[in-house]
Amino acid sequence: MSDQTSAYVALSAVLFSIGAVGVLVRRNAIVVFMCVELMLNACNLALVAFARQHGNLEGQVAAFFVMVVAAAEVVVGLAILMTIFRTRRSASVDDASLLKL
Amino acid sequence: MEPAAFVKPTIEYAQLWPVFLVFGVACVGVLLEAFLPRGRRAVPQLALAVAGLVAALIGTVVVASRSGVLPGGQARGRITAEGSIAVDGPTLFFWGLILVFALGGALLFAERRLDGGVSAFSGQAAALPGSDAERRTQHLEQTEVFPLLMFAVGGMLLFPASNDLLMMFVALEVLSLPLYLLCGLARRRRLLSQEAAMKYFLLGAFSSAFFLYGVALVYGFSGTMTFAGIDQAVRNDAGNRVLLLLGIGLLSVGLLFKVGAVPFQSWTPDVYQGAPTAVTAFMSAGTKIAAFGAILRLYYVAFGADPSMWQPMLWIVAIASMVVGAVLAVVQTDVKRMLAYSSIAHTGFLLTGVLGAQSLTDLAPGQVTSVQAVLFYLATYGCAMLGAFALVSLVRDASGEASSTARWVGLGRRSPLVAGVFAFFLLSMAGIPLTAGFVGKWAVFTVALSAGAWPVVVVAIGSSIVAVFFYVRQIRLMFFTEPVGEVATVTRPSALTSATIAVGLAGTVVLGLVPGPVLDLAAHAGQFIR
Repeated sequence: MSDQTSAYVALSAVLFSIGAVGVLVRRNAIVVFMCVELMLNACNLALVAFARQHGNLEGQVAAFFVMVVAAAEVVVGLAILMTIFRTRRSASVDDASLLKL
Repeated sequence: MEPAAFVKPTIEYAQLWPVFLVFGVACVGVLLEAFLPRGRRAVPQLALAVAGLVAALIGTVVVASRSGVLPGGQARGRITAEGSIAVDGPTLFFWGLILVFALGGALLFAERRLDGGVSAFSGQAAALPGSDAERRTQHLEQTEVFPLLMFAVGGMLLFPASNDLLMMFVALEVLSLPLYLLCGLARRRRLLSQEAAMKYFLLGAFSSAFFLYGVALVYGFSGTMTFAGIDQAVRNDAGNRVLLLLGIGLLSVGLLFKVGAVPFQSWTPDVYQGAPTAVTAFMSAGTKIAAFGAILRLYYVAFGADPSMWQPMLWIVAIASMVVGAVLAVVQTDVKRMLAYSSIAHTGFLLTGVLGAQSLTDLAPGQVTSVQAVLFYLATYGCAMLGAFALVSLVRDASGEASSTARWVGLGRRSPLVAGVFAFFLLSMAGIPLTAGFVGKWAVFTVALSAGAWPVVVVAIGSSIVAVFFYVRQIRLMFFTEPVGEVATVTRPSALTSATIAVGLAGTVVLGLVPGPVLDLAAHAGQFIR
């Protein structure tokens, strides 16, 4: 890895970690979901940086696919979170605890 | 710099048409939703889905019969779609299994007799539970489930066939997104169902983000997304090995989540319990088959050159899955949760088979290969799980399905047939001789032993014994315990559910008594192509 690439990959790793920690510590389902989106965007940054380093387009093309998939995921995810919120008047992931061991 | 001339990509429709057909049927299903009046959608949707699945199944057989053996005689088929989809022997076997179980799933989705003339899916998912809107829409049927099922099946077909990382990621999402929605559509106990959908969705999205970062890191290591290219890079050790190892770990998180292996199993019991039982039956069989196809291809084709990179991790995961699954299944008081924990234990057994990877030169002629063992185990597992969950949907009381173990007490006296068939499925999952599960377990243990993974096999045998305990306890409860208090009764299903259970039962019996033909078929599928 050249120095420039490693800087971008390091940044993407930081963003990814912030997202992952956010998923684990935040309790609002919408915020959890936004953290997942942050993780996906961190992946995009890494893909594009590696594409630049290797000099081929596969990583850049993959980033486009990831954007489309993330958009589809938003559609499905917000639909599910909306039904939960309308039923319970709360988007907290801790309130949803009918199913347990 | 002169731009390179644009070359039109070639798509091998002759090999890929079963997949295109499934996606096409899904799209036509969406159009039917738009243009048919609400009351008249159920029959055309079911007919379309079943016709599409049967045609795709026939197509799979046709493609398989035409696939040529490659030089060397160990593999058959060809790489299609510019290297991103491999239609080889194992792929075709996976397609056959997925389509058969999807057919069973479609029939279960259409069952209307159990709930007094309406399907098990909420009349209108957007109506609030307990509201006027829900009461007004109670008689309606949700037929969007059939297109959703078909999209999920399409993703499942692509998942084990994907031959590059990007295709694998897209297939993973295409199979997951419809399943998240399907989980939340139950007609009864809607809060549980919605909660299951939310948990499945949030954890699934979380794990696929890990998978994607793994894709990025492995791409950073090898400079290519194709499995053949990654294999070359691994062989030549070309690149930063830290990236590769981190990438394998993150990819594994995504895949092991999908199969419900420990430590990524926590969604399995909640989702299996909360989802409509028909959906649980379909996804417990289909998702696991598709995801094990992807696991096998990723580890054997892309990272097969150096198994020491991923085998130690899989050892731990396999052992943990078997122990946690078997031990926690013992303390469950709900039949669906018990089956969910047993499926976690089965994931461990299947991973034991994956650990049996050996190079072909080390194998004695005629010896069972690990791909063959895993394929066979998946066939037995799918039959038993589909049938068992279909039976769970029959046992009901006034409030709907009664999956609590207490309600099942003495079921064998009231409905010996249902309890007997359920007991048979449990015995097969436990791996009692003369059932399909025994042959499956024997196959995966053999390959793992011959590859030297004997500690895993020892744990596997131990957890099999623990598993026998809770399966037999359930059987004793159904047949030999006096019922106290309110108990559930068996509702007579329509031919749709009966047919699905019959297929599961026939599969379990045949695979147990005469496993030869299917084992041969799995051997005939040969190895993965690169």
